[in-house]
Amino acid sequence: MNIRRLLIEAIQSLNSNKLRTSLTMLGIVIGVAAVVSMLAIGKGAQSSISNTIQSMGTNLIFVAKDSTVTTAAPVTLMDSNAIEKLKETSSSISAVAPSVQTSTTLVFSGTSTYVQLIGTTPSYPSVRNVTLSSGSFFTQADYDNSASVIVIGSSVVTNLFSKTPQVVGQKVKMGNNVFTIIGVLAARGGSEAGTSDNQVLVPLTTAQVRLVTRSSFKDQINLISISATSPDMVSTAIAEVKALMKSRHNISATGKNDFTVLSQEAITATATSVADILTLFLGGIAAISLLVGGIGIMNIMLVSVIERTREIGLRKALGARDSDILSQFMFESLFIGLVGGLLGVLLGWGISQVIRALASSGSTTLNPVVSLDVVLLATIFSIAVGLVFGIYPARRASRLEPVEALRTE
Amino acid sequence: MSQIVVDARDLKKVYRMGLVDVFALRGVSVNINKGEIVAIMGPSGSGKSTLMNLLGCLDRPTSGKYILNGKDVSQISGNDLAFIRNKEVGFVFQSYNLLPRATALSNVMLPLRYSRGEKIENAEERAAELLDQVGLKDRSNHKPFEMSGGEQQRVAIARALVNRPSILLADEPTGNLDSKSGTEIMDLLVEINKKRGVTLIIVTHAPEVAKKTHRLIELVDGMVKK
Repeated sequence: MNIRRLLIEAIQSLNSNKLRTSLTMLGIVIGVAAVVSMLAIGKGAQSSISNTIQSMGTNLIFVAKDSTVTTAAPVTLMDSNAIEKLKETSSSISAVAPSVQTSTTLVFSGTSTYVQLIGTTPSYPSVRNVTLSSGSFFTQADYDNSASVIVIGSSVVTNLFSKTPQVVGQKVKMGNNVFTIIGVLAARGGSEAGTSDNQVLVPLTTAQVRLVTRSSFKDQINLISISATSPDMVSTAIAEVKALMKSRHNISATGKNDFTVLSQEAITATATSVADILTLFLGGIAAISLLVGGIGIMNIMLVSVIERTREIGLRKALGARDSDILSQFMFESLFIGLVGGLLGVLLGWGISQVIRALASSGSTTLNPVVSLDVVLLATIFSIAVGLVFGIYPARRASRLEPVEALRTE
Repeated sequence: MSQIVVDARDLKKVYRMGLVDVFALRGVSVNINKGEIVAIMGPSGSGKSTLMNLLGCLDRPTSGKYILNGKDVSQISGNDLAFIRNKEVGFVFQSYNLLPRATALSNVMLPLRYSRGEKIENAEERAAELLDQVGLKDRSNHKPFEMSGGEQQRVAIARALVNRPSILLADEPTGNLDSKSGTEIMDLLVEINKKRGVTLIIVTHAPEVAKKTHRLIELVDGMVKK
């Protein structure tokens, strides 16, 4: 009953100066909306990053040269073969695919496009979780014969073959070499450069002979992709591969490795922790605007206390205690905080939806996630802002001497 | 045998203004019986506002004793003083002091909001009845700015009575009114005194107001003029 009474009084009093109340509230609305939408975008970015990485394949382990070690011996095809051999004695590794990478230009009937060339083995699709939308991947025979066959990514199709209905069987040129397209990779989402949709794949042997120019020696490769038999076996596989690589590279048990062995999981964790930091950063900046909104509440409540000094004096003369006056003014600022917070959550949700629409129209997948904990956090935070910034003006009001307050004009 | 409602003995009030002490009251003793109408008069600076504040429990005396309706209230805490104001004292101010946003009825009910520990039954009926008594039966939903000065002061009188106080303190109740409305308000106060037996203390410097009271207390320089 008393709370209801306080609420009605707060609404009446705030209602009597609508413009001022709504402007004060706007500060909180903007602050909360900023916090909610920033956190939502951050969460969305995080999940789209980890989705992209996950789409590269499960249970993946990568072995590459540690480029921070200056004297590092290159990772070679022989290393890859040795790991392949490990399969016979170990139950942790299911497939191995060495690869070389370079950038090159692909030409088809006068049009050209810039692609990422990967030379690899027929086991690549199973290791890297790659599927084909048409045609087939190259075979062991193609590999053994260094055949001039090529499998292209989906965005290469869009770039070069927008007017060609049948892509498989067409011939493309890379430098002076002509390749026959034998398969097209299924689109994997993600967007710009660096993702697999802009790749073309040829047999490693073909790449070594015709395309990749290496100053050192031809068995040098960029990456060994390994798939573990199950997620539980990833760490076992890493340990085994590390031990093998150490012995092959003549590194003592305690010596510094000149190669890196990374799991898909570790890469995902790194990327999402970057997104986490970004989210915190954005949220932190947004929280500052909420703080400014809180100062707005304090400012207006102080003005209101001064304006209503006489009313406070009267209420005290009629028997109001300090605590009655305190709660009256606290309720007003709490109300601004609460309503502003709720409106802010709505606005923040709206902003997230707009950003989702903008992102998808720009062919970027970003799904801002307005989660319940963010909504609760923002609402509680805005109520707290109302409380904290309301206390000082309310205390000032409650401590007014009735005689003095009644005398004010 | 008449019952004493206001028993003030040797009230002193000293204000500190910077480095000097200002003696607002230099020992005032006042006895007022239940049902009396008393006027407090005196030139400005004589201490009548200070006395009014002390009698109305808005302030505490520096020294002296004040027994209101049998209870010593000279040195009680701020919250207890607020409680006494709510229960025992009704205020009528020169400038009405109504809440501008609230209706006449809500204004009359305002003191009931601070009656703690006591459940007020039929608060609205009680307030409506008082508005009827002060002649504003059909104005209960009007806001202060829709009413004349005289009407606003009537609302204030109804508000002062709503908690059935033992004393009614009126500070220049006719000060802001024209003479016709002023006379009407004084007549209303006298009538309420007769009907309800409430003790009436009026601070004024208008002789025609003082004329309608039973007794006159004149203050000069913080003392009662003999």
